[in-house]
Amino acid sequence: MLRLSNVWVEYGEKVVLERISLDIAEGAFVSVIGPSGAGKSSLLRVILGQDQPSRGRITLDGRPLPAECGPDRGVVFQRYSVFPHLNALGNTMLGLELAGAPFTARLFGSARRAARAQAEEMLAAVGLADSLHLYPSEMSGGMQQRLAIAQALIMRPRILLLDEPFGALDPGIRADMHVLITRLWREFGLTIVMVTHDIKEAFALGTRVITLDKRRHDPHAPQRYGAGVIYDIALTRKTASDEQANESTSITID
Amino acid sequence: MRWVNRRIGRGQALLLGGLPLALVVLGYVVAAAARHAENPADKILPLPGAMASAMAALLFEPDPLSGELLFWADTLASLSRLGIGLGIATLSALLAGLMLGALPPVRAFFSPLVTAIAVIPPIALLPILFIIFGLGETAKVALIVVGITPFMLRDLAGHISALPREQMVKALTLGASSWQLLLRVALPQALPRLIEELRLSLGPAWVFLISAEAIAADVGLGYRIFLVRRYLAMDVIIPYVGWIALLAVAMDFVLSRTSRLAFGWAHKARR
Repeated sequence: MLRLSNVWVEYGEKVVLERISLDIAEGAFVSVIGPSGAGKSSLLRVILGQDQPSRGRITLDGRPLPAECGPDRGVVFQRYSVFPHLNALGNTMLGLELAGAPFTARLFGSARRAARAQAEEMLAAVGLADSLHLYPSEMSGGMQQRLAIAQALIMRPRILLLDEPFGALDPGIRADMHVLITRLWREFGLTIVMVTHDIKEAFALGTRVITLDKRRHDPHAPQRYGAGVIYDIALTRKTASDEQANESTSITID
Repeated sequence: MRWVNRRIGRGQALLLGGLPLALVVLGYVVAAAARHAENPADKILPLPGAMASAMAALLFEPDPLSGELLFWADTLASLSRLGIGLGIATLSALLAGLMLGALPPVRAFFSPLVTAIAVIPPIALLPILFIIFGLGETAKVALIVVGITPFMLRDLAGHISALPREQMVKALTLGASSWQLLLRVALPQALPRLIEELRLSLGPAWVFLISAEAIAADVGLGYRIFLVRRYLAMDVIIPYVGWIALLAVAMDFVLSRTSRLAFGWAHKARR
Protein backbone atom coordinates (compact mmCIF):
# COMPACT_ATOMS: atom_id res chain seq x y z
CA MET A 1 0.00 0.00 0.00
CA LEU A 2 2.72 2.48 1.00
CA ARG A 3 5.86 2.09 -1.06
CA LEU A 4 9.18 3.87 -0.58
CA SER A 5 11.59 3.31 -3.45
CA ASN A 6 15.24 4.29 -3.01
CA VAL A 7 14.44 7.19 -0.69
CA TRP A 8 17.26 9.47 0.47
CA VAL A 9 16.97 12.20 3.04
CA GLU A 10 19.80 14.73 3.05
CA TYR A 11 20.09 18.05 4.86
CA GLY A 12 22.85 19.84 2.97
CA GLU A 13 26.01 17.78 3.45
CA LYS A 14 24.45 15.59 6.08
CA VAL A 15 23.02 12.32 4.82
CA VAL A 16 20.34 11.12 7.23
CA LEU A 17 18.76 8.25 5.35
CA GLU A 18 20.04 6.49 2.26
CA ARG A 19 18.61 3.87 -0.08
CA ILE A 20 15.43 3.19 1.89
CA SER A 21 13.15 0.86 -0.02
CA LEU A 22 10.12 -0.41 1.82
CA ASP A 23 6.76 -1.88 1.00
CA ILE A 24 4.24 -1.53 3.75
CA ALA A 25 1.21 -3.75 3.41
CA GLU A 26 -2.32 -2.79 4.32
CA GLY A 27 -3.10 -3.75 7.91
CA ALA A 28 0.55 -3.98 8.96
CA PHE A 29 1.83 -2.70 12.29
CA VAL A 30 5.38 -1.63 11.51
CA SER A 31 7.71 -0.75 14.39
CA VAL A 32 10.78 1.31 13.52
CA ILE A 33 13.69 1.14 15.94
CA GLY A 34 17.29 2.24 15.87
CA PRO A 35 19.82 4.25 17.86
CA SER A 36 19.40 7.99 18.41
CA GLY A 37 20.20 9.97 15.29
CA ALA A 38 19.59 7.03 12.97
CA GLY A 39 16.81 8.88 11.19
CA LYS A 40 13.77 7.19 12.69
CA SER A 41 11.88 10.42 13.03
CA SER A 42 13.14 11.63 9.64
CA LEU A 43 11.63 8.55 8.07
CA LEU A 44 8.33 9.28 9.79
CA ARG A 45 8.39 12.94 8.73
CA VAL A 46 9.00 11.93 5.12
CA ILE A 47 6.06 9.52 5.17
CA LEU A 48 4.00 12.23 6.87
CA GLY A 49 4.87 14.72 4.15
CA GLN A 50 6.35 17.20 6.62
CA ASP A 51 9.80 16.75 5.02
CA GLN A 52 10.60 15.94 1.42
CA PRO A 53 12.98 13.14 0.39
CA SER A 54 15.95 14.46 -1.58
CA ARG A 55 15.87 11.45 -3.87
CA GLY A 56 13.53 8.57 -4.54
CA ARG A 57 9.75 8.42 -4.52
CA ILE A 58 7.00 7.50 -2.13
CA THR A 59 3.67 6.22 -3.36
CA LEU A 60 0.47 5.62 -1.45
CA ASP A 61 -1.88 3.19 -3.22
CA GLY A 62 0.24 3.62 -6.37
CA ARG A 63 -0.11 7.42 -6.46
CA PRO A 64 2.81 9.70 -5.54
CA LEU A 65 2.40 11.12 -2.07
CA PRO A 66 1.44 14.81 -2.03
CA ALA A 67 4.21 17.07 -0.72
CA GLU A 68 2.08 18.30 2.19
CA CYS A 69 0.55 16.65 5.21
CA GLY A 70 -3.02 15.65 4.50
CA PRO A 71 -5.94 13.82 6.06
CA ASP A 72 -4.90 10.48 4.48
CA ARG A 73 -2.14 10.23 7.10
CA GLY A 74 -2.93 10.57 10.80
CA VAL A 75 -0.25 11.29 13.35
CA VAL A 76 0.33 11.11 17.10
CA PHE A 77 3.49 12.74 18.43
CA GLN A 78 5.13 12.22 21.79
CA ARG A 79 3.87 15.65 22.91
CA TYR A 80 1.85 18.62 21.65
CA SER A 81 -0.49 16.43 19.62
CA VAL A 82 -3.68 17.96 21.02
CA PHE A 83 -4.85 21.54 21.00
CA PRO A 84 -4.72 23.18 24.42
CA HIS A 85 -7.62 25.55 23.66
CA LEU A 86 -10.14 22.80 22.90
CA ASN A 87 -11.64 20.27 25.30
CA ALA A 88 -11.64 16.57 24.52
CA LEU A 89 -14.83 16.79 22.50
CA GLY A 90 -13.62 19.86 20.60
CA ASN A 91 -10.28 18.27 19.84
CA THR A 92 -11.94 15.14 18.49
CA MET A 93 -14.58 16.99 16.47
CA LEU A 94 -12.05 19.35 14.91
CA GLY A 95 -11.22 17.08 11.97
CA LEU A 96 -14.89 16.62 11.11
CA GLU A 97 -15.55 20.35 11.42
CA LEU A 98 -12.63 21.22 9.15
CA ALA A 99 -13.87 18.74 6.56
CA GLY A 100 -17.51 19.77 6.80
CA ALA A 101 -17.17 23.56 6.80
CA PRO A 102 -14.36 24.89 4.62
CA PHE A 103 -15.06 28.54 5.45
CA THR A 104 -16.30 28.74 9.03
CA ALA A 105 -14.52 25.54 10.14
CA ARG A 106 -17.44 25.05 12.54
CA LEU A 107 -20.51 22.89 12.23
CA PHE A 108 -23.98 23.91 13.33
CA GLY A 109 -27.32 22.22 13.92
CA SER A 110 -27.80 18.63 12.88
CA ALA A 111 -24.36 18.34 11.26
CA ARG A 112 -22.86 19.38 14.58
CA ARG A 113 -24.96 16.85 16.48
CA ALA A 114 -23.86 14.10 14.11
CA ALA A 115 -20.19 15.06 14.47
CA ARG A 116 -20.59 15.23 18.23
CA ALA A 117 -22.11 11.76 18.35
CA GLN A 118 -19.28 10.41 16.23
CA ALA A 119 -16.70 12.10 18.43
CA GLU A 120 -18.31 10.77 21.60
CA GLU A 121 -18.23 7.28 20.14
CA MET A 122 -14.55 7.64 19.26
CA LEU A 123 -13.71 9.00 22.71
CA ALA A 124 -15.54 6.05 24.27
CA ALA A 125 -13.46 3.71 22.10
CA VAL A 126 -10.22 5.14 23.55
CA GLY A 127 -11.60 5.13 27.09
CA LEU A 128 -12.33 8.84 27.53
CA ALA A 129 -16.11 8.61 27.71
CA ASP A 130 -16.11 10.35 31.11
CA SER A 131 -13.74 13.15 30.14
CA LEU A 132 -15.57 14.82 27.25
CA HIS A 133 -15.31 18.33 28.67
CA LEU A 134 -11.80 18.25 30.11
CA TYR A 135 -9.10 20.42 28.59
CA PRO A 136 -5.71 18.82 27.81
CA SER A 137 -4.10 20.74 30.68
CA GLU A 138 -6.46 18.93 33.06
CA MET A 139 -5.52 15.51 31.68
CA SER A 140 -2.67 13.14 32.50
CA GLY A 141 -0.11 12.29 29.84
CA GLY A 142 -1.82 8.98 29.09
CA MET A 143 -5.22 10.63 28.66
CA GLN A 144 -3.72 13.22 26.32
CA GLN A 145 -2.27 10.46 24.15
CA ARG A 146 -5.64 8.66 24.14
CA LEU A 147 -7.21 11.91 23.01
CA ALA A 148 -4.57 12.37 20.32
CA ILE A 149 -5.31 8.88 19.00
CA ALA A 150 -9.06 9.52 18.97
CA GLN A 151 -8.50 12.84 17.21
CA ALA A 152 -6.42 11.16 14.50
CA LEU A 153 -8.65 8.10 14.07
CA ILE A 154 -11.86 10.04 13.55
CA MET A 155 -10.51 11.05 10.13
CA ARG A 156 -10.13 7.34 9.19
CA PRO A 157 -6.58 7.87 7.91
CA ARG A 158 -5.08 5.33 5.49
CA ILE A 159 -1.99 5.20 7.70
CA LEU A 160 -1.55 6.11 11.34
CA LEU A 161 1.92 7.37 12.17
CA LEU A 162 3.08 7.22 15.79
CA ASP A 163 6.25 9.08 16.78
CA GLU A 164 7.35 7.62 20.13
CA PRO A 165 3.75 7.97 21.28
CA PHE A 166 4.24 6.30 24.65
CA GLY A 167 7.80 7.47 25.34
CA ALA A 168 6.80 10.01 27.98
CA LEU A 169 4.39 7.77 29.90
CA ASP A 170 4.76 5.77 33.09
CA PRO A 171 5.38 2.03 32.59
CA GLY A 172 1.95 1.03 33.91
CA ILE A 173 0.13 3.55 31.73
CA ARG A 174 2.29 2.50 28.79
CA ALA A 175 1.10 -1.10 29.17
CA ASP A 176 -2.53 0.10 29.14
CA MET A 177 -1.80 2.09 26.00
CA HIS A 178 -0.28 -1.00 24.35
CA VAL A 179 -3.51 -2.88 24.96
CA LEU A 180 -5.51 0.07 23.62
CA ILE A 181 -3.53 0.56 20.42
CA THR A 182 -3.55 -3.17 19.69
CA ARG A 183 -7.31 -3.27 20.14
CA LEU A 184 -7.86 -0.22 17.94
CA TRP A 185 -5.52 -1.61 15.31
CA ARG A 186 -7.65 -4.78 15.13
CA GLU A 187 -11.05 -3.09 15.35
CA PHE A 188 -10.41 -0.39 12.80
CA GLY A 189 -8.14 -2.46 10.53
CA LEU A 190 -5.46 0.22 10.76
CA THR A 191 -2.11 0.39 9.07
CA ILE A 192 0.36 1.73 11.63
CA VAL A 193 3.95 2.88 11.43
CA MET A 194 5.36 3.45 14.91
CA VAL A 195 8.75 4.90 15.75
CA THR A 196 10.01 3.88 19.18
CA HIS A 197 13.26 3.56 21.08
CA ASP A 198 11.87 0.74 23.20
CA ILE A 199 12.84 -2.57 21.58
CA LYS A 200 10.46 -4.56 23.73
CA GLU A 201 7.58 -2.31 22.73
CA ALA A 202 8.56 -2.65 19.08
CA PHE A 203 8.41 -6.44 19.19
CA ALA A 204 5.39 -6.61 21.46
CA LEU A 205 3.18 -4.47 19.22
CA GLY A 206 4.51 -4.82 15.68
CA THR A 207 3.85 -7.37 13.01
CA ARG A 208 7.05 -6.19 11.43
CA VAL A 209 10.10 -4.59 13.01
CA ILE A 210 12.44 -2.41 10.97
CA THR A 211 15.84 -1.45 12.34
CA LEU A 212 17.57 1.64 11.04
CA ASP A 213 21.30 2.18 11.45
CA LYS A 214 24.34 3.31 9.52
CA ARG A 215 25.85 0.59 7.38
CA ARG A 216 29.13 2.45 6.98
CA HIS A 217 30.72 5.00 9.21
CA ASP A 218 33.52 7.38 8.25
CA PRO A 219 35.13 8.58 11.50
CA HIS A 220 36.46 11.71 9.76
CA ALA A 221 33.13 12.64 8.24
CA PRO A 222 30.34 11.11 10.34
CA GLN A 223 27.70 12.92 8.32
CA ARG A 224 28.89 11.32 5.05
CA TYR A 225 26.83 8.15 5.26
CA GLY A 226 23.19 7.89 6.20
CA ALA A 227 21.25 5.15 7.89
CA GLY A 228 19.59 2.33 6.03
CA VAL A 229 17.37 -0.61 6.88
CA ILE A 230 19.60 -3.11 8.71
CA TYR A 231 17.01 -5.65 9.81
CA ASP A 232 13.51 -6.13 8.51
CA ILE A 233 11.86 -8.76 10.66
CA ALA A 234 8.39 -10.05 9.95
CA LEU A 235 6.66 -11.36 13.07
CA THR A 236 4.41 -13.78 11.26
CA ARG A 237 3.61 -16.02 14.19
CA LYS A 238 1.73 -13.29 15.97
CA THR A 239 -1.73 -14.40 17.04
CA ALA A 240 -4.25 -13.13 19.52
CA SER A 241 -2.91 -15.41 22.28
CA ASP A 242 0.70 -14.34 21.62
CA GLU A 243 -0.51 -10.80 21.89
CA GLN A 244 -1.87 -11.42 25.35
CA ALA A 245 1.33 -13.20 26.40
CA ASN A 246 3.45 -10.34 25.09
CA GLU A 247 1.36 -7.83 26.92
CA SER A 248 1.62 -9.63 30.23
CA THR A 249 5.41 -9.99 29.97
CA SER A 250 5.87 -6.38 29.03
CA ILE A 251 3.82 -5.34 32.03
CA THR A 252 5.88 -7.42 34.44
CA ILE A 253 9.23 -6.42 32.95
CA ASP A 254 8.39 -2.74 32.72
CA MET B 1 10.96 29.20 59.13
CA ARG B 2 12.92 30.43 56.13
CA TRP B 3 11.36 33.30 54.19
CA VAL B 4 11.24 31.39 50.89
CA ASN B 5 8.89 28.87 52.53
CA ARG B 6 6.49 31.37 54.07
CA ARG B 7 2.94 30.95 52.82
CA ILE B 8 0.95 34.18 52.79
CA GLY B 9 -2.81 33.83 53.25
CA ARG B 10 -5.41 36.06 51.61
CA GLY B 11 -6.10 38.24 54.62
CA GLN B 12 -2.42 38.54 55.42
CA ALA B 13 -1.61 39.49 51.83
CA LEU B 14 -4.26 42.20 51.92
CA LEU B 15 -2.86 43.55 55.17
CA LEU B 16 0.77 43.42 54.00
CA GLY B 17 -0.08 44.96 50.62
CA GLY B 18 -2.19 47.73 52.15
CA LEU B 19 0.49 48.72 54.62
CA PRO B 20 2.89 50.50 52.22
CA LEU B 21 -0.03 52.34 50.57
CA ALA B 22 -1.25 53.52 53.99
CA LEU B 23 2.29 54.57 54.92
CA VAL B 24 2.63 56.65 51.75
CA VAL B 25 -0.67 58.43 52.46
CA LEU B 26 0.24 58.94 56.10
CA GLY B 27 3.71 60.24 55.20
CA TYR B 28 2.15 62.71 52.76
CA VAL B 29 -0.37 64.01 55.30
CA VAL B 30 2.33 64.42 57.97
CA ALA B 31 4.61 66.29 55.56
CA ALA B 32 1.74 68.48 54.32
CA ALA B 33 0.70 69.30 57.89
CA ALA B 34 4.28 70.21 58.78
CA ARG B 35 4.56 72.57 55.78
CA HIS B 36 1.21 74.15 56.55
CA ALA B 37 2.23 74.68 60.20
CA GLU B 38 5.08 76.86 58.90
CA ASN B 39 3.20 78.52 56.02
CA PRO B 40 -0.60 78.25 55.96
CA ALA B 41 -0.65 79.38 52.28
CA ASP B 42 1.59 76.52 51.11
CA LYS B 43 0.60 75.23 47.61
CA ILE B 44 3.19 72.48 47.10
CA LEU B 45 1.71 69.89 49.47
CA PRO B 46 -2.01 70.72 49.81
CA LEU B 47 -3.95 69.18 52.68
CA PRO B 48 -6.70 66.64 51.86
CA GLY B 49 -9.39 69.22 52.65
CA ALA B 50 -7.98 71.63 50.07
CA MET B 51 -7.87 68.88 47.46
CA ALA B 52 -11.48 67.95 48.21
CA SER B 53 -12.74 71.51 47.82
CA ALA B 54 -10.70 72.07 44.62
CA MET B 55 -11.99 68.83 43.15
CA ALA B 56 -15.57 69.51 44.22
CA ALA B 57 -15.53 72.58 41.99
CA LEU B 58 -14.39 70.53 39.01
CA LEU B 59 -16.71 67.62 39.81
CA PHE B 60 -20.00 69.33 40.53
CA GLU B 61 -19.91 72.96 39.34
CA PRO B 62 -20.28 73.73 35.64
CA ASP B 63 -17.39 75.67 34.15
CA PRO B 64 -18.51 79.29 33.61
CA LEU B 65 -16.98 79.33 30.08
CA SER B 66 -18.09 76.04 28.58
CA GLY B 67 -20.91 75.13 30.97
CA GLU B 68 -19.44 71.62 31.36
CA LEU B 69 -18.52 69.67 34.47
CA LEU B 70 -14.79 69.77 33.76
CA PHE B 71 -13.68 66.62 35.58
CA TRP B 72 -16.21 64.45 33.80
CA ALA B 73 -15.58 66.10 30.43
CA ASP B 74 -11.85 65.48 30.88
CA THR B 75 -12.39 61.86 31.85
CA LEU B 76 -14.75 61.21 28.96
CA ALA B 77 -12.42 62.83 26.42
CA SER B 78 -9.35 60.97 27.64
CA LEU B 79 -11.08 57.61 27.93
CA SER B 80 -12.60 57.84 24.47
CA ARG B 81 -9.23 58.72 22.94
CA LEU B 82 -7.61 55.87 24.85
CA GLY B 83 -10.41 53.45 23.97
CA ILE B 84 -10.37 54.21 20.26
CA GLY B 85 -6.57 54.08 20.17
CA LEU B 86 -6.38 50.78 22.06
CA GLY B 87 -9.18 49.32 19.97
CA ILE B 88 -7.55 50.15 16.65
CA ALA B 89 -4.15 48.99 17.90
CA THR B 90 -5.50 45.70 19.25
CA LEU B 91 -7.48 44.88 16.14
CA SER B 92 -4.66 45.66 13.73
CA ALA B 93 -2.12 43.84 15.92
CA LEU B 94 -4.39 40.80 15.95
CA LEU B 95 -4.94 40.70 12.19
CA ALA B 96 -1.36 41.48 11.21
CA GLY B 97 0.14 39.39 14.01
CA LEU B 98 -1.84 36.31 12.93
CA MET B 99 -0.74 36.71 9.33
CA LEU B 100 2.89 37.37 10.23
CA GLY B 101 3.01 34.56 12.74
CA ALA B 102 1.34 31.85 10.75
CA LEU B 103 2.16 32.55 7.11
CA PRO B 104 5.90 32.44 6.30
CA PRO B 105 5.64 34.42 3.02
CA VAL B 106 3.80 37.27 4.78
CA ARG B 107 6.38 37.25 7.55
CA ALA B 108 9.26 37.42 5.07
CA PHE B 109 7.59 40.35 3.28
CA PHE B 110 6.55 42.51 6.22
CA SER B 111 8.84 41.76 9.12
CA PRO B 112 11.70 44.16 8.13
CA LEU B 113 9.13 46.95 7.72
CA VAL B 114 7.58 46.23 11.11
CA THR B 115 11.00 46.15 12.75
CA ALA B 116 11.91 49.48 11.15
CA ILE B 117 8.71 51.12 12.42
CA ALA B 118 9.08 49.58 15.86
CA VAL B 119 12.49 51.11 16.54
CA ILE B 120 11.27 54.70 15.95
CA PRO B 121 10.38 56.41 19.25
CA PRO B 122 6.67 57.20 18.81
CA ILE B 123 6.95 60.63 20.45
CA ALA B 124 9.38 61.61 17.67
CA LEU B 125 6.54 60.97 15.24
CA LEU B 126 4.14 63.24 17.11
CA PRO B 127 5.03 66.39 15.09
CA ILE B 128 4.50 64.43 11.88
CA LEU B 129 1.14 63.20 13.16
CA PHE B 130 0.12 66.74 14.11
CA ILE B 131 1.13 67.99 10.66
CA ILE B 132 -0.71 65.21 8.85
CA PHE B 133 -3.83 64.93 11.00
CA GLY B 134 -4.01 68.44 12.43
CA LEU B 135 -4.35 69.20 16.12
CA GLY B 136 -7.68 67.37 16.51
CA GLU B 137 -8.59 64.00 17.96
CA THR B 138 -7.11 61.97 15.11
CA ALA B 139 -3.50 62.83 15.89
CA LYS B 140 -3.85 61.86 19.55
CA VAL B 141 -5.48 58.53 18.72
CA ALA B 142 -2.86 57.96 16.01
CA LEU B 143 -0.04 58.49 18.50
CA ILE B 144 -1.44 55.78 20.77
CA VAL B 145 -1.89 53.44 17.81
CA VAL B 146 1.60 54.09 16.42
CA GLY B 147 3.04 53.79 19.90
CA ILE B 148 1.73 50.41 20.97
CA THR B 149 0.81 48.49 17.80
CA PRO B 150 4.38 47.46 16.85
CA PHE B 151 5.02 45.92 20.25
CA MET B 152 1.72 44.03 20.30
CA LEU B 153 2.09 42.92 16.72
CA ARG B 154 5.62 41.62 17.08
CA ASP B 155 4.89 39.85 20.34
CA LEU B 156 1.78 38.21 18.91
CA ALA B 157 3.54 37.12 15.72
CA GLY B 158 6.33 35.66 17.84
CA HIS B 159 3.82 33.83 20.01
CA ILE B 160 2.03 32.34 17.01
CA SER B 161 5.19 31.26 15.23
CA ALA B 162 6.42 29.67 18.47
CA LEU B 163 3.39 27.39 18.72
CA PRO B 164 4.67 23.80 18.60
CA ARG B 165 5.31 22.64 15.04
CA GLU B 166 3.50 19.43 16.02
CA GLN B 167 0.24 21.35 16.39
CA MET B 168 0.46 22.72 12.86
CA VAL B 169 1.30 19.31 11.42
CA LYS B 170 -1.53 17.78 13.40
CA ALA B 171 -4.01 20.33 12.06
CA LEU B 172 -2.80 19.69 8.52
CA THR B 173 -3.27 15.94 8.94
CA LEU B 174 -6.82 16.72 10.04
CA GLY B 175 -7.28 18.38 6.66
CA ALA B 176 -6.95 22.05 7.64
CA SER B 177 -6.43 24.71 4.97
CA SER B 178 -4.31 27.80 5.72
CA TRP B 179 -7.48 29.76 6.48
CA GLN B 180 -8.87 27.06 8.75
CA LEU B 181 -5.55 26.80 10.53
CA LEU B 182 -5.60 30.55 11.19
CA LEU B 183 -9.20 30.46 12.33
CA ARG B 184 -9.26 27.37 14.53
CA VAL B 185 -5.67 26.91 15.72
CA ALA B 186 -3.84 30.25 15.61
CA LEU B 187 -6.65 32.71 16.46
CA PRO B 188 -7.96 31.03 19.63
CA GLN B 189 -4.44 30.67 20.99
CA ALA B 190 -3.63 34.27 20.05
CA LEU B 191 -6.53 35.84 21.96
CA PRO B 192 -5.40 35.27 25.57
CA ARG B 193 -1.94 36.47 24.61
CA LEU B 194 -3.48 39.55 22.99
CA ILE B 195 -5.25 40.46 26.24
CA GLU B 196 -1.97 40.01 28.08
CA GLU B 197 -0.27 42.37 25.61
CA LEU B 198 -3.10 44.87 25.95
CA ARG B 199 -2.58 44.89 29.71
CA LEU B 200 1.13 45.52 29.25
CA SER B 201 0.38 48.25 26.70
CA LEU B 202 -1.92 50.20 29.01
CA GLY B 203 1.03 51.96 30.64
CA PRO B 204 2.64 53.18 27.40
CA ALA B 205 -0.80 54.06 25.99
CA TRP B 206 -1.45 56.40 28.93
CA VAL B 207 1.98 57.95 28.44
CA PHE B 208 1.25 58.69 24.79
CA LEU B 209 -2.23 59.98 25.58
CA ILE B 210 -1.05 62.41 28.23
CA SER B 211 1.88 63.56 26.09
CA ALA B 212 -0.41 64.31 23.18
CA GLU B 213 -2.93 66.07 25.44
CA ALA B 214 -0.20 68.10 27.12
CA ILE B 215 0.98 69.44 23.77
CA ALA B 216 -2.27 70.19 21.99
CA ALA B 217 -5.77 69.75 23.42
CA ASP B 218 -8.60 71.74 24.96
CA VAL B 219 -10.01 68.99 27.15
CA GLY B 220 -8.66 65.81 28.73
CA LEU B 221 -7.02 64.59 31.93
CA GLY B 222 -3.51 65.25 30.61
CA TYR B 223 -4.50 68.66 29.31
CA ARG B 224 -5.94 69.64 32.69
CA ILE B 225 -2.91 68.71 34.78
CA PHE B 226 -0.55 70.51 32.42
CA LEU B 227 -2.87 73.54 32.38
CA VAL B 228 -3.19 73.93 36.15
CA ARG B 229 0.57 73.34 36.57
CA ARG B 230 0.94 77.03 35.64
CA TYR B 231 -0.84 77.97 38.89
CA LEU B 232 1.02 75.38 40.97
CA ALA B 233 -2.40 73.83 41.56
CA MET B 234 -1.19 70.67 43.27
CA ASP B 235 -4.65 70.36 44.84
CA VAL B 236 -5.94 69.46 41.37
CA ILE B 237 -2.91 67.67 39.98
CA ILE B 238 -2.60 65.13 42.78
CA PRO B 239 -6.26 63.97 42.68
CA TYR B 240 -6.10 63.80 38.88
CA VAL B 241 -3.00 61.63 39.02
CA GLY B 242 -4.73 59.43 41.57
CA TRP B 243 -7.78 59.19 39.33
CA ILE B 244 -5.62 58.20 36.34
CA ALA B 245 -3.99 55.50 38.47
CA LEU B 246 -7.41 54.27 39.57
CA LEU B 247 -8.67 54.11 35.98
CA ALA B 248 -5.55 52.21 34.91
CA VAL B 249 -5.92 49.69 37.73
CA ALA B 250 -9.61 49.21 36.91
CA MET B 251 -8.87 48.61 33.21
CA ASP B 252 -6.16 46.11 34.09
CA PHE B 253 -8.51 44.31 36.46
CA VAL B 254 -11.30 44.10 33.88
CA LEU B 255 -8.91 42.74 31.26
CA SER B 256 -7.44 40.09 33.52
CA ARG B 257 -10.94 39.06 34.64
CA THR B 258 -12.12 38.85 31.03
CA SER B 259 -9.17 36.68 30.12
CA ARG B 260 -9.84 34.30 32.99
CA LEU B 261 -13.53 34.03 32.16
CA ALA B 262 -13.21 33.71 28.40
CA PHE B 263 -9.97 31.73 28.12
CA GLY B 264 -9.94 29.54 31.18
CA TRP B 265 -7.87 26.92 29.38
CA ALA B 266 -4.92 29.30 29.04
CA HIS B 267 -4.83 29.98 32.76
CA LYS B 268 -5.25 26.35 33.75
CA ALA B 269 -2.24 25.46 31.62
CA ARG B 270 -0.04 27.95 33.41
CA ARG B 271 -0.82 26.65 36.85
